[in-house]
Formats: sequence, C-alpha cells, structure tokens
Amino acid sequence: MAHHAHETNTGIDNRKLGFWLFIASESIFFACLLVGYLVYKDGYQPGAGPRDLFNIELTTVSTFVLLMSSLAMVLGVNAAQRNLGRKARRWVLVTALMGLAFLGFQAYEFTHFYHAGLSLSSSVFGTAFYTLTGFHGAHVAVGVIWLLTLLYHGRGAGLTADKADDVEVAGLYWHFVDIVWIVLFTVLYLLEFVQ
Amino acid sequence: MATAAKTLGILPRPTAATGFWSWVATVDHKRIGILYGVTAFFFFLVGGIEAWLMRLQLARPGLELVTAKTFNALFTMHATTMIFLGVMPLLAAFMNYLLPLLIGARDVAFPRLNAFSYWIYLFGGIFINVGWLMGTAAGHVPDSGWFGYANLTSVEFSGGLGPDFWTLGLLLLGIGTLVSGFNFIVTILNMRAPGMSLMKMPIFVWTILVTSAIIIFAFPSVTVALIMLMFDRAFAANFFEVAAGGSVVFYQHLFWTFGHPEVYILILPAMGIVSEVLPVHARKMLFGYSVMVFSTALIGFMGFTVWSHHMFTVGMGPVVNSIFSLTTMAIAVPTGVKIFNWLSTMWGGQIRFTTAMLFAIGFIACFTIGGLSGFMHASAPSDAQQHDTYFVVAHIHYVLIGGSIFAIFSGIYHWFPKVFGRLLDERLGQWNFWLVFAGFHTFAFPFHFLGLLGMPRRIYTYAPGLGWEFWNLLSTIGVFVLAAGILVFIANVVVTMRKPMDAPADPWDGRTLEWTLPSPPPVYNFAVVPRVHLRDAFWFHKHPEGKEQALEYGEPHPGPIHLPGQSLMPVLLALGPTVAATGVLFVRMRESFAVPVIVAGFVIALLALWGWAFEGEGGTLIEPGEGS
Repeated sequence: MAHHAHETNTGIDNRKLGFWLFIASESIFFACLLVGYLVYKDGYQPGAGPRDLFNIELTTVSTFVLLMSSLAMVLGVNAAQRNLGRKARRWVLVTALMGLAFLGFQAYEFTHFYHAGLSLSSSVFGTAFYTLTGFHGAHVAVGVIWLLTLLYHGRGAGLTADKADDVEVAGLYWHFVDIVWIVLFTVLYLLEFVQ
Repeated sequence: MATAAKTLGILPRPTAATGFWSWVATVDHKRIGILYGVTAFFFFLVGGIEAWLMRLQLARPGLELVTAKTFNALFTMHATTMIFLGVMPLLAAFMNYLLPLLIGARDVAFPRLNAFSYWIYLFGGIFINVGWLMGTAAGHVPDSGWFGYANLTSVEFSGGLGPDFWTLGLLLLGIGTLVSGFNFIVTILNMRAPGMSLMKMPIFVWTILVTSAIIIFAFPSVTVALIMLMFDRAFAANFFEVAAGGSVVFYQHLFWTFGHPEVYILILPAMGIVSEVLPVHARKMLFGYSVMVFSTALIGFMGFTVWSHHMFTVGMGPVVNSIFSLTTMAIAVPTGVKIFNWLSTMWGGQIRFTTAMLFAIGFIACFTIGGLSGFMHASAPSDAQQHDTYFVVAHIHYVLIGGSIFAIFSGIYHWFPKVFGRLLDERLGQWNFWLVFAGFHTFAFPFHFLGLLGMPRRIYTYAPGLGWEFWNLLSTIGVFVLAAGILVFIANVVVTMRKPMDAPADPWDGRTLEWTLPSPPPVYNFAVVPRVHLRDAFWFHKHPEGKEQALEYGEPHPGPIHLPGQSLMPVLLALGPTVAATGVLFVRMRESFAVPVIVAGFVIALLALWGWAFEGEGGTLIEPGEGS
C-alpha cells in the first residue's frame, strides 16, 4: 500500500488522505447520532432524566483523562518522527492506558445509570443516550486495540521513524475520537446544566 | 501476461495467477471491476424477474398470481435490488475497472480495500436475499418498501425477519460503498499521471470524484437510520416507537438526507459514462468541459439540500415545503446545462451510430423526460396530487432505466473490447438497443397516465372499470419487449465471448488514456506512464492540431514493476461483519447462541485485520514488455 506514498499528486500520503476522508465521513455519522440525542433527550418521563443522573464531576475527570491521552498521543507521534522508538512506544502505551481508563469510567457510568433505572428500552432518552455514547465508547475501544497493535508492531526497537506514518494515522483517529467526545461532553453534559 | 517473478514480504500471500482462488485473492482493480460487473448483472436480472412478476400480476384487474404479501416483498426487493445490488455496483464496476486506466495509474490507492468492498457487497447482497429461501408468507422477505419506513418496519407491524435482513444487509453494503468512496477519492487526488491536472481529467473521473464525495457524506446518515432501526428491532430500543416518544418522521429525515443524494450517486457516474461515449462517437471534444465539471460539483452539493421534497405530504408546513421546492427546482439548472452540453457535443460532429452511441443518445432523450416529471414533483402542490401514484413510479423509472441503465449499456458496448479484447456484435447490439428502447417506453410511459388516472403505487391488484386496464396491459407487454432486449444482450455477450480476442487497442479512435493500452490491458496497466499535456491527450497525440505535444513518454521504468500481492484478508475481513450481522439476526430471533456468533464475527474481523497489517507488503515483480 505504501509504495506510492512518496510520489502522490498532493504530496500527502495516501493513507493520511484516506484517513482524513474517513474522519469527514465519521463526523457526519456522529452528527446524525447527536441530532438523534437532541431530538430525544427530553423524552425520559416517567424515569430519571439527564439532570437526575449525570455526575458532572466524575465525567469531567474522565473527559480530562481522555484529553490528556491526546497529549500523550502527540508526544508519541513526535517521538516516532524523531526516531526515538522506545520513547514513542512508551507514550503510545500511556495513551492506550488512558483510553482504557476512559472506558472504565464509561462502564461505571453505564452500570450506575442502569441501576438507577435507565436502559436502552426504558425511554427514548435512554435509547438515544446509550446509543450515542456507546458508539463513541466503541470507537475508543477500537482505538485502544489499534494502539495495542502498534505496540506489538513496535516490539524490539520500538516505534522508530520508519513507522512514524503508522503512528501518525493512528494518532489522527485518536484525536478525532477525542474531539468527538469534547463535543458530546459539551452538548450532553455541560449544556444540560446551563440555566 | 508476464510471469510472476518473486514474492516479497514476510508471510506468504497467495500467488496463483489463474483459477478460482486467484479471483478470490485478487487485488487487481481490473479483475475486481469484472467481479463487480458480473455479480451486479446477476442481481440486475434478479431485480428484473421481480419486476416481471409484478407486471404479470398487474396485467389484468383482479388477478391473484401472487398474494398481497408476496407483492409487497416483490416491490421492496425489486427496488432494493435494483438500487443497491444492481445499478450502483454496475456503475462501481466501471469505476473500478476504468478509473486507474483513465488517470494513468497502475492501480487504485488501496488495492486490498478495493477487494474488501467487493466481497462485503457480495455478502450483503446474499444476506438481503436469504429471506426468499424462507418463504414470503411468514414475512421473512423485506416487504416494507425500499425506504424501510418506521413504523412499517417495527416488530409490531413486521414480525418476520424481513426488515432484519434488510437493515443488516444494507449496513454491510454501506461499509463496502463507503470504503470504495474513500479509495476512489484518494486515487483521483493522489495518483494521476504526471501533468494531468484536475481540469485535464476525463469528465468520467470528475463524476467519480463527486459521486465518491456524495457517498462519504450521505452514507453515514442512512447508516445511523439503519442502526437505530436495528436497535429498535433487536434490542427493544425506542427510536421509532411512537408510544415511547419516538419519532417516525425523524427516520424519514435521516433516510432522505441519504436517499436524495443517493439519486445522484446513481446518475452522476452514468452522466460521466455518456460524457465519455458521446465525444468519441461524435468525433468531437466534449462541449463545455469546465461547465460540465462545475455542474457536476454543483449537482453533488445541491443533492444534499433537497431531501425534504420526499416528505412534502408529511405535513412540514408551507415554509419548509416552499424552500425545498425552490432548492429542488434549482437542480434543474445544472442538469439542463449538461443536457445542452451533450447536444452541443453532437452538433456538427461526425456521428457514428454505434450501439454505444445509440444508448447514449437514448439516455439523453429518456433522462430528459424523467427530469421533466421530476420538475413537476418539485412543486409541492403538484406533488400532493401525484404523491404515491404511478406518476412517481414513471419518474423514477425514466431516470433510473432511461438514465442509469441506458448509460450503463452505452458504457458496456463502448468499453467491452477494452475489457475482454472482443468487440460486441453490432448487429445484435442494434436489436438490443431498439428492443430495450421500445420496450422501456411501452412499459414505463403508461405509468404517467396511470398516475394521472389516480392509480396508487404498491397496490397488488385493482378493480376493473377504473380506466387502468389498457395502460396496465400495455405496460406488461412492454416488459416482455424489454426483457427480449436484455436477452439479446446476453446472447450478444455469449456469442462474442466465443470469438477470439482480436479487438484492437483503440477500436473507436478514442480520446482517453485507456485506449493507449492493449485490449485487454496488461496486469500492470502502463509499462510507461505517459506525461499528459492536454485534455483528451491521446486524441491530440493521434491528431495533432498545434505544435504542443499532447502525450509524452519518458524512459521505460528501469527493471521490473512491483505489483501489490494477492491477499485473502479482504474476503476474511468481509466475512467478519457478515457473521456479526448474522449474530444480530439471531438476537432478533432470541436464539441463545446469538452473542457467541456476534463475538465470532468480531474475532474473524480482528484476525483478518491482524493478517492485513502483518502479512507484509507482498507482491510480485513483473517484467513489462509483452503486448505493450
């Protein structure tokens, strides 16, 4: 796949360009799910609604963890580009761990909400909430698997400069998933509490 | 064909150059194009048989050839099959085969992803049709219309597995289509021959670019709609459960924000094909190339601004209806521009009435009629009268058969010698065209009258004395003529394929780069990639008009050419989601082994991805030479 990379018309590597297009497409995907949430978020009667359930402090912490994972990813990409293979590998590992931590927070939140009576079938709010955040969580999980694959790829000498493009493409995905979460956190959680 | 020299990479990849497994493992865009073409033509025939059964049922009032439930299954599967399994993949066959040849590339940007697109299309196509084996009576064949409106598709009203086959199958197909979209855009933007700027690309390439852009922005919304539907049915979610506060109109918005752009996914590449065929067979440059480019882009953009015209009768109010009336009518401007450009291309040309040209001219005539009835629907008050009558059915058949299918046949006759090294028989071709042309109008034009006489679509029978008998009978007769035309085409292909491969490289005095190659092209496409200086460079290379050199060949590539290796990972990766979708089907059936099947699907996909990432670059080194 990579053998055309050095001579493209745009000067952008095929995989990177392809990935930007994928991200553009995925943005529409999340936008549609988000619209669905906005249409349905007030449909929680007679069960509990967002304000009764959301633990804003906890979600702020998990959001912070995910944001910081993007920083770790940047440092990983940077190290790979500077041919610091082992350092890059370490940062990618940190990114993956932070992603796992975020998923842990989400699992806790889902369990908690479920015990408070919110399920996929309990109301349209539940349906929309679990679908939207669940798809985001699934994207994070895919990202974690991807990062673990990178770690395997970089066994031995680490993620050296020849693998920098691989790390960068994974980084694009990771940042995208992170940015989606910032939007979701803002719209679902923060705006809910704006008077 | 050159001999495969040596295999690169860590893990062995399949290397057989012939036989069954070489087709399963192929990553060559030309072979994938052929696979797409053959599979899509098969589904096209399936969709045709479904149409034929419906027309038999409607030939006379009060007939009971099929039950109402079977009729519902037939019209649903006819539309679904024709749109997603027939026309789109037939166009994809052209895109796959021709795109790299048109832009002077050795392959697409991601050859393995290209193979993956095909396999998941095949699996999705089979998946949607499995219900036929389980019988229509129990509702296991999709029978809620090709739009799958909630809550026709809710468990309450469709207890069978039909909508499950439909949603899951379409989700599989959507993955393949999206991947093709990314692949084609990257190929076009990154892999053009040196000197071929965007405004020097063949117009068909432009339509592929815009179509791919529509795909990557339109498919996510239908994906979301289908996922929601699937969640409602399999996991008891509430998206479209009105009793729980769900909105069925929300489904319609999601569906049509995809559904309308989809119309342009089906017609823009067809327009591209016709725009390539007309100049060659009229021996004139395409009139108004840059205007064609901008109108293509404009249609692509405007396709996203009109979806609510499918919902004029939903009750959105006069303001929304007026806005969507206006945006819909506005699309007639760039479309009309195209029609006049095609006419101007023929004006004063040395027209050869080959079969390819006849289908291209037929396209202009039929598509114009379809465009005019489309304009009538664009007016909300007029639409309120025509809504859900055969007038709408007339419109869609004029743009989809008279448009896309005519263009596809035009393209088949035009490029068949390039792909198979044999020229299709022109005499049979003329029979093919005139039977299809006459049959199509006999069958579809009466729909206009039936619509104006108030015959609703989707009814399985009707009472006598409503004034519908004559037009329905005429329409059914037309289907037989049309089918005869298709049979002549099949006979033509069979007869032609028995002849020796003797087609010249450039049988039509073509204008674009694929005609510089032998027929069929070598596996590496271009031994020497030419530098392009002009639009229609090959034409001006043969018929120089000025001093400027049109095409320039540099030194041959030193040493052998590296080709991407074959791989079994694409077909495995396509298998994963298919197995997972089967698992979701079992969830819906409340089978205890549902979750293990879903997990198995994910494991297969993960293993395939793992193999994909680590099977090494692979590939073969080929000594260019023979035949080029």
